Amino acid sequence: MKGGDLQAIWVYLSTSPLLGLTATLVAYQAAHWLWRKTHMTPLLNPVLVSIVLIGGFLTFTGIEYRVYFDGAQFVHFLLGPATVALAIPLYRQIRLLLRSALAVVVGLVAGATVAAASAMGLAWALGASHRTVLSLAPKSATSPIAMAVSEGIGGLPSLTAVMAILTGIVGSTIAVWVLDAVRVKNEAARGLAMGTAAHGIGTARAIQLGEITGAFSGLAMGLAALVTTVVVPLLVRAFFG
Amino acid sequence: MLSSITVLLLCQLAGEVLARLSGLPVPGPVVGMLLLFAGLVIRRGVPDSLDRTATALLSHLSLLFIPAGVGVMVHLKLIAGEWLPITVALVVSTALTIAVTGMVMQALARGKRRS
Repeated sequence: MKGGDLQAIWVYLSTSPLLGLTATLVAYQAAHWLWRKTHMTPLLNPVLVSIVLIGGFLTFTGIEYRVYFDGAQFVHFLLGPATVALAIPLYRQIRLLLRSALAVVVGLVAGATVAAASAMGLAWALGASHRTVLSLAPKSATSPIAMAVSEGIGGLPSLTAVMAILTGIVGSTIAVWVLDAVRVKNEAARGLAMGTAAHGIGTARAIQLGEITGAFSGLAMGLAALVTTVVVPLLVRAFFG
Repeated sequence: MLSSITVLLLCQLAGEVLARLSGLPVPGPVVGMLLLFAGLVIRRGVPDSLDRTATALLSHLSLLFIPAGVGVMVHLKLIAGEWLPITVALVVSTALTIAVTGMVMQALARGKRRS
């Protein structure tokens, strides 16, 4: 085959949705294989490893994110129906849910408050700018809500979107360590903690830990979004007057 | 499978419409989740095909976050100037949130069992 033909094939591939979609699936399966091989080492979190692999690939080939997303959007789109599907594990735990309704609500409000207050306090103490402090506040909510809250309090929504996804990755990576360290063994409580702190990405990890953990994490992700929109503006007023 | 995907999409669509009409600060898919949950409660059970589709979708939920995650890499320069306070705040605050939420719920759930 002549070099020109290869060039033509590459020009086709680098602009077609096929490449972005395939790269996403290949990277994820490779990352998942590696994670299983290493006995699920937290730092080799498959989401994190896949992102680094694809990020490296895009940098190396010079393909723009916009072009990559043309293909990857088919995967991205499934987030909506998958979120709806979280109703099914939750329905299976309906008895446990009714029995622990009070613990769920108190845990959620405490968690969402700590998430926003500690992020703002730490960033402020370490000398972050006013806008960064505000952009960090809603980081534990799922990204569309986090961005809307950020806009409302004077943060930078695009910066908040980055924070929210990083929070999800960090949370899903450290959750099992932290929960074991503070001796939280109750599966429902473990799930609630993961969904409250790390929204959907935490929930993806929680599902792997078991049915109860996954169900409560999905519930927490939904309710924490609601609590965050109420709590964060109040905290901002208390912080900055 | 086709019918269960249709059910999921219909719930999401209804959720998006309701979320926008009500102006509630909840994402459309989350409202869709509550609608489906209500439907299952009324129906008193999960149809087999819906169960299979949902299990397949949720078993690889992590995969679905990758496209947005790659977008973060592109925007990492946004945090470059203040990476230290941001990293510390993010990691410590997330660990604190996990610990507090878990401990509060576990304490309350346990207290209830004793009484």
